[in-house]
Amino acid sequence: MPAPTVGGMSAIQQDAAPRPERTTQLGPLRPLVELRTYAATLHLLLDLPLGAFWWVVMIGGLTAAGPLLLTLVGIPILAITLWLARAGGAAERIRARSLLGVAIEEPPPPPRDVGWLRRLRNLLLDPLAWRAVLYLLLLGPLGVATFTAAVTAWAVSLGLLTLPAWNWAIEGGLGVELPWGGDRVDTAGELALASLVGLVAVVATAWLVRGLGWVDGELARLLLRPSRKRVLAARVRSLEESRTRWVDAAAAERRRIERDLHDGAQQRLISLAVDLGRARERLKGQEETEVYALVSDAHAEAKRAIAELRDLARGIHPAILTDRGLDAALSSLAARAAVPVDVDVRLPERPPASVEAIAYFVVSEGLTNVARHSRASRAWVRVVQDGGTLVVEVGDDGVGGAAASPGSGLSGLADRLAAVDGRLLLASPPGGPTTIRAELPCGS
Amino acid sequence: MRIVIAEDSVLLNAGLARLLADYGHEVVAVVGDAPGLLQAVEREQPDVAIVDIRMPPTFTDEGVRAAVELRQRRPGLPLLLLSQYVEERYATELLAGDTSGLGYLLKERIADVGDFVESLERVAQGGTALDPEVVRQLLARRARGPLDELSPREREVLELMAEGRSNRAIAQALFVTEGAVEKHVRAIFAKLGLASGASDHRRVLAVLAFLRAGRD
Repeated sequence: MPAPTVGGMSAIQQDAAPRPERTTQLGPLRPLVELRTYAATLHLLLDLPLGAFWWVVMIGGLTAAGPLLLTLVGIPILAITLWLARAGGAAERIRARSLLGVAIEEPPPPPRDVGWLRRLRNLLLDPLAWRAVLYLLLLGPLGVATFTAAVTAWAVSLGLLTLPAWNWAIEGGLGVELPWGGDRVDTAGELALASLVGLVAVVATAWLVRGLGWVDGELARLLLRPSRKRVLAARVRSLEESRTRWVDAAAAERRRIERDLHDGAQQRLISLAVDLGRARERLKGQEETEVYALVSDAHAEAKRAIAELRDLARGIHPAILTDRGLDAALSSLAARAAVPVDVDVRLPERPPASVEAIAYFVVSEGLTNVARHSRASRAWVRVVQDGGTLVVEVGDDGVGGAAASPGSGLSGLADRLAAVDGRLLLASPPGGPTTIRAELPCGS
Repeated sequence: MRIVIAEDSVLLNAGLARLLADYGHEVVAVVGDAPGLLQAVEREQPDVAIVDIRMPPTFTDEGVRAAVELRQRRPGLPLLLLSQYVEERYATELLAGDTSGLGYLLKERIADVGDFVESLERVAQGGTALDPEVVRQLLARRARGPLDELSPREREVLELMAEGRSNRAIAQALFVTEGAVEKHVRAIFAKLGLASGASDHRRVLAVLAFLRAGRD
């Protein structure tokens, strides 16, 4: 099927459109022609040997562990049994998926970075492992039933369907008798009738097999699926981890861009400005000429470009933050602020780089707002660690009325803070003063 | 003058060497990192060293550390530090000791070639050259106090002095006579309660000491 195109471009991702199934016209005969029916049959046939095997293993494990639990020796046996049940459950999920098409979620991997005692405890208290034990125990009797039903149904129905052939091939046929009398099925009419009944039975068997397969699949789904809570907990953990990686990657990328600007474009521009400066010096005494004016303008323009690029690079990531940490970087920021700023940074140790960067940008944005909107005459910055939280406060004595409207710098800050589970608080009543407070978890 | 350059950008090194040659100075060694700088200074005994603050291997503040170490090893060795950014913290560290023969400029000041070479020569002769940006930051810390009593003109003069300029250079920059500058300087020293020294250099040191003391 050719991919649908939009303006000559293929869509990269398309919704799985329901494909028209040719088999829909077959009505009740449909299961006969579907591969799934035969895969389900195989599943049912496997139920017996697997069920018997696991039943023996589980009963053996539990009965061996049970009485010995009092002597502690039972605990390792129980653990091994549960571990085997976990493995059996995993194998059963694969069997259900490949033969029944029943996709059962895999449980999240157990935490690896814990001691063996903790792992043992996790195993012994793992509800999923205990449910796997139950499933594997049920599989034994269930297997006997499903195996028998599948084998019998297929044998009888196929036998009846092919009865004329048997009669022709073997003397006396299969010895099938009419249900209403002791007479052998041997006349052409009777054989035709038997075949017809066989045909109906084959169709019925196909449905039966599918039905039993459904029961198998539902049982597996019921008992081998990890609980919703556990799946969600694992999902949250993995999302948190990936988000942390993204935040760190973004911070690293900012540092890299700043480095690249510093090593590349900035040096090149300075070199250019130096050469233009030299050219201008050589033209001393010709200040009235057009070429002097041109070189002068180019020189001035290059210097402006350097200054702009410097501010840009600093806005991306201040190098001094990496070098000397928050105190030095914030002092620098304060020294460049429009109003006098008192900086008070009290940290027992340097927070992680991404936390430092966000704290820095909180202060940077805060002081920018002070300069732009507050009409303040003084401002102050305070950074302290309160338990596992880094608290950053920026305040001024201005007119207040600041708001984190969408798209504003403050709402951008709130977003950055949210990405590390931090939060931004703003107190800015009309008439002032304004205080911005950011709280960032910082690990320790 | 014999000059050692410590700067890891090849491009800028070349431009700097050409520029210094224009003014008849000799670049005797170009190195790309701090250990190279220490060796080159030992070997070449230069009149002045130009040092980039950000060098390999960590590209952070190698230049500042190397400068502090050099000043301890060879007190009085004139050093001109160059940086892409002016950082208040670096300035404080550099100015903590003796400020004679010390310069701290933004890299882009090189482009004002005449001023730059003048600053370099001043540093080589034991003077001081601070970037206007550094001075602004130093002044920003002293927002209250006697500085508030200065007139705008006196403040301008103070800033130029803190950059390390002589009275004559200040007069040129402000388009006034040297006598007028001298009058402003006396007024500034009186308002700040400083003893006005005889030479330009002593006055610069007094101003810097005053500004440095502003850090609480």
